[in-house]
Amino acid sequence: MDVEKQATLAVKSAEDIVRIRREVRSWAVESKFSLVDQTKIVTAASEIARNTLDYGGGGQLALEKVRQGERRGLRLTFSDQGPGIPDIQRALTDGYTSGSGLGLGLSGSKRLCNEFYLESKPGVGTTVTLIRWK
Amino acid sequence: MPTKKATTIPTLVAAHGKQLLESWLGLQKDSSLVASGAVDTATLHNYSERFLSEFHKALASGRLDAIGGADWAGVREFLSDFSRGMAQHGLTPSQIATFVFSLKQPLFALLSHEFKSDAQRLSEELWQATLLIDSLGLYTSEAFQKSREEVIIRQQEEMLELSTPVVELWEGIVAVPLIGTLDSERTQVVMESLLQHIVTTGAEIAIIDITGVPTVDTLVAQHLIKTVAAARLMGADCIISGIRPQIAQTIVHLGVELSVTSKATMADALQLALRRIGKTVVDRKTPQAASPAE
Ligand SMILES: Nc1ncnc2c1ncn2[C@@H]1O[C@H](COP(=O)(O)OP(=O)(O)OP(=O)(O)O)[C@@H](O)[C@H]1O
Ligand SMILES: [Mg+2]
Repeated sequence: MDVEKQATLAVKSAEDIVRIRREVRSWAVESKFSLVDQTKIVTAASEIARNTLDYGGGGQLALEKVRQGERRGLRLTFSDQGPGIPDIQRALTDGYTSGSGLGLGLSGSKRLCNEFYLESKPGVGTTVTLIRWK
Repeated sequence: MPTKKATTIPTLVAAHGKQLLESWLGLQKDSSLVASGAVDTATLHNYSERFLSEFHKALASGRLDAIGGADWAGVREFLSDFSRGMAQHGLTPSQIATFVFSLKQPLFALLSHEFKSDAQRLSEELWQATLLIDSLGLYTSEAFQKSREEVIIRQQEEMLELSTPVVELWEGIVAVPLIGTLDSERTQVVMESLLQHIVTTGAEIAIIDITGVPTVDTLVAQHLIKTVAAARLMGADCIISGIRPQIAQTIVHLGVELSVTSKATMADALQLALRRIGKTVVDRKTPQAASPAE
């Protein structure tokens, strides 16, 4: 996979989440995503950014414009050095929340993207990768 | 690499603090900070003195190449404070950073004097001083930009609180158009004011219009769900209007169940609301044409 453009954004405050949504939307527009696809990737970014902040204690986003053969898309990698997720299967279950959310952020984002990878180690941290192809 | 000699900058600053302050102040007399009226000379004197005192402390205890470290916390705090104080005055980031950059000249003068016979050493020291002052200047302009953003955000919040957007559209029908980002305390403010209006007007129906909301994620959805539930407890039914097609699709993929009546536009929602409270909207022509027949 080729990376055509790259940026790193902090995920440390509620304002950062707003900034991330704005940035992801502008990259999606630049990549000529349809309105529906823009909305999907922006919404997924918002979910994972909030998890990174609320559960991961803050972290960062690597935003990339990628290309694989003829396909172009956006890859978003959120990482934190938080407590990690002890039971990934359970975290990915619709409706499961350890806080007071709807428990749909992870599972919903997975449905909003073409590729979704979740890596987490208790005590080490969590990395979530989202890819949406155009 | 030659062995790196410890820098003498800390010792020099400690020994010539007073002289440094005086020549620095002399340089700043005509700076744009003063010219713009943002600070008077007494305040500038105060700021400069405080900076040098923190600078001195940091130098004494810390490293010159790590201004992000704990030793430099006092300097950073001062610079953030200073930037915040300046943010109200419409200055540019470079004007603010000049405060720090202008320290270079007197600092370099001290060094040149100290090492006039050791060019090698002088260039090393100058290099260290440059790196240090540059990083402090950069930090200042970043802090300034951040404070300005904070000022703007605060003003927006204040504006939003002032303009309670809830309107009574008809007896028994209130509406609130939601605009912008919903995940701050703002939602709380708007939602509370909606519930308050339901109580004071005794409204039976509340229309929540989300045409102006760019993203509906699980947090926004949760706010909506909670508001609908609270309104129901107060005896009002909610209608959500303005869900754009792309938002509708996204909500479905997220798996969120809003379980509330929704309409494409505010006008459709109003029509439904009127029907529910027993009023109908008809074309003006129709009753006129029909009345003679009665
Ligand atoms: N970065 C993370 N670090 C640690 N735990 C996490 C992280 N992200 C998610 N989790 C865990 O996974 C659970 C499910 O996350 P998910 O986003 O699906 O739901 P939620 O955040 O609880 O609610 P919602 O996103 O619907 O508002 C969380 O409650 C939390 O326990
Ligand atoms: Mg979540």
